[in-house]
Amino acid sequence: MRQADRWMVSLLAAVALGVAGCKKHDQNVGAIDKEKQAALLAQLIDAKAGDVILIPAGTYHFDTSLSLNVDGVTVRGAGKDATILDFSGLVNGAEGMLVHASDFTIEGLTLQNTKGDALKINEGQNVIIRGVRARWTGGPSTKNGAYGLYPVQIKNLLVEDSEAIGASDAGIYVGQSQNIVVRNNKVRQNVAGIEIENSTNADVHDNEATENTGGILVFNMPNLPVPGRATRVFHNHSYANNTANFGARGTAVASVPAGTGMIVNSNPQVEIFDNDIADNQTANLIISSYYSTGYMNKTGVAAAYDPYPSAIYVYGNRFSGGGNAPDGVKLQALRVAMFGLNGHISDILWDGFVDQAKLVNGKLDPSRAICIDNGDAGVLNADGPESYKNPSTDKAPYACTLPKLPPVQLTGKLAEAQQKS
Amino acid sequence: MKRALLAAAAIGAAGALWFGWGAMRPVRPPMPHFVAEGYPPSLSDWGMVAASRGRLMLGQGVVPYDLITPLFTDYAGKLRAIYVPKLGAVSYDPEKTFDFPVGTIISKTFYYPVPAGADRMDGRVLPAVGADTQSGAAGLDLSHVRLIETRILARRANGWVALPYVWNESQTDAVLMRTGTLVPLTLQRAGGGTEEIAYAVPNVNQCASCHTPNNASRQIAPIGPKARHLNKSFPYTDGTENQLAHWQRIGILTGAPAPNVAPRNADYRDTSVPLAGRARAYLDINCGHCHNSAGLARTTGLYLDSTVTEVRRLGYCKPPVAAGPGTGDHIFDIVPGKPDDSIIAFRVAATQPGIRMPEVGRSIAHAEGVDLIRQWIASLQGSCSS
Repeated sequence: MRQADRWMVSLLAAVALGVAGCKKHDQNVGAIDKEKQAALLAQLIDAKAGDVILIPAGTYHFDTSLSLNVDGVTVRGAGKDATILDFSGLVNGAEGMLVHASDFTIEGLTLQNTKGDALKINEGQNVIIRGVRARWTGGPSTKNGAYGLYPVQIKNLLVEDSEAIGASDAGIYVGQSQNIVVRNNKVRQNVAGIEIENSTNADVHDNEATENTGGILVFNMPNLPVPGRATRVFHNHSYANNTANFGARGTAVASVPAGTGMIVNSNPQVEIFDNDIADNQTANLIISSYYSTGYMNKTGVAAAYDPYPSAIYVYGNRFSGGGNAPDGVKLQALRVAMFGLNGHISDILWDGFVDQAKLVNGKLDPSRAICIDNGDAGVLNADGPESYKNPSTDKAPYACTLPKLPPVQLTGKLAEAQQKS
Repeated sequence: MKRALLAAAAIGAAGALWFGWGAMRPVRPPMPHFVAEGYPPSLSDWGMVAASRGRLMLGQGVVPYDLITPLFTDYAGKLRAIYVPKLGAVSYDPEKTFDFPVGTIISKTFYYPVPAGADRMDGRVLPAVGADTQSGAAGLDLSHVRLIETRILARRANGWVALPYVWNESQTDAVLMRTGTLVPLTLQRAGGGTEEIAYAVPNVNQCASCHTPNNASRQIAPIGPKARHLNKSFPYTDGTENQLAHWQRIGILTGAPAPNVAPRNADYRDTSVPLAGRARAYLDINCGHCHNSAGLARTTGLYLDSTVTEVRRLGYCKPPVAAGPGTGDHIFDIVPGKPDDSIIAFRVAATQPGIRMPEVGRSIAHAEGVDLIRQWIASLQGSCSS
């Protein structure tokens, strides 16, 4: 790999190209680091496979989205506390950095205060996001950009040692991807801390999620090229995710009740084990159907879409606290009706939607069942289909086991990276 | 002989940078010059257009063209022109961009009319609409015009390359700015009032963000030169003629059917044609380059190119996928009959980065386009409640 600090060289080249033109108007855009921005853009535009683009320590204010369309490039800062790219003054583009490339690594920097997503990587393979922080510095706000770290349609993906703070949708959002490891990240003050959506074969482990609306989400959305399946969520710490939902209405995450430790929505083959999940005021774990989001309709949702969670296996988690102040009047009423004035909702809350067409003798086949083998953790079937009329805490329906999913094995260069933990 | 002319043109162009254009102002149109590799520093290196004696002239053999419904770019006027070096080589295609040969050059010059009596470069500009729009048939009369940028798309052996050139203060030539730039302008509206434009000359990667029909291959391609956009008459200097027929007659195209049987998008401004056609034409050119099943926005499941027939794909009652605050607190992309509840109407009217659509290419709203989309949504039948 060719390593060179070409920052200054590119800076000079960019100036020679006349990039600093329109001088007389520069006062209009405040403290934008025009020359450094142009130099970095030039490096990204002219990058060749094998290049390492180093961004030295410093805080840089940019007004234009950065973008990269070349395979095989590494973008490396001097550490997420040292190299800070600030997009508060962005007027051109939407994202902080937009990447269309394979064999891409980004590490050791902060992208902050973007209008749109902080980092979006749109289609490719072999992507590493390591030690990257995406944040909005003004605290939770619907006006913050949607996603922090947003790889979409990636095959073979490692997201590690990173942070996301303040995203108005998901802090770390892996969409429509395959073969994924998301580990050792910290997410807080996002609507969704970590969201795995329409993705296949994901391991989400050793992450810390707190102060989000919902800590860790596994979702399937309709109308997308592929449905997701097979996600393992294990050895994470998801606690006190009680921030009021500040997602824009209409987003999938806007349907997540504040105080959700983890939530599986409409996704098949999800294994949740060995997590510490605590003090999430609606429920430590929610299992739900797309029907509960309020977005289901016949015209706009593909007929092929499966809106039910299925083959969900929950075991060996450590639950504590939570369920004491669920989000919304209906859930509050449900809590009081079922558990009394000072009671709390069971650790596991299921909305109760079942695909009636797939019942055999009144029961779901194990391949579509919800199996819970988690000691004395309680389960509440909220009876969503009948508007919470007949909720139940009977655990017998979940007394089953499912074959365990195999661990995700990243391949190629990412296999080595996966082993160094 | 030709080589010598090209060399002279190249020297002239290089000289222009240092000594000003005036002394060597050409009296004849420039000669198009395909540059097979590298990044020519000046627009004049390409010989597609030249500013001379108050006119922007087209190069010899360079054909101006227009699109029935164009992309909105902050009310800039656009002079489009194409040079195809090898005639008889381009087969007609009813749907895709024509497959032009190596050596083809397309230029698009973005300009604004300036108010009478204004200093051309003081930042005040007028929308290029109605009487302020020039056909470009014989280039542009520059007497009340500010040239902003000229984008070059050149078909090289390994694919298309996109290069943005920004016109200099003296408006004599444009300089390559591969990293793009922002040009602050003040738009004076016809009814009075002004609007600040952060005019963005795209950087090379941003060029690709629209000009990538297939995100997997990431090859770039022109968008406009498709049958459905070109199928209209154009006032050529030797008479008005349908553009497809003209291209066929002069040899740019082969195998084009008669214009009346070729695909034709509606003119979004033409209130005599059905509303749905106008709206779909507008969405096709403004959104369809990303929002299609292979484009950059294929991850959204919202497809707005002209080939789409399934209403769910067009956004009817479709929940957004990754819109974030771009929903504007609305639940569906389109709620038939209800523009105020439709995300698409919200985003085409929005100006904030991250919310507005398209993401690049405009900084202000296109009032006429927003009106059209709202009228269309208001006309749709149906309900999202079941």
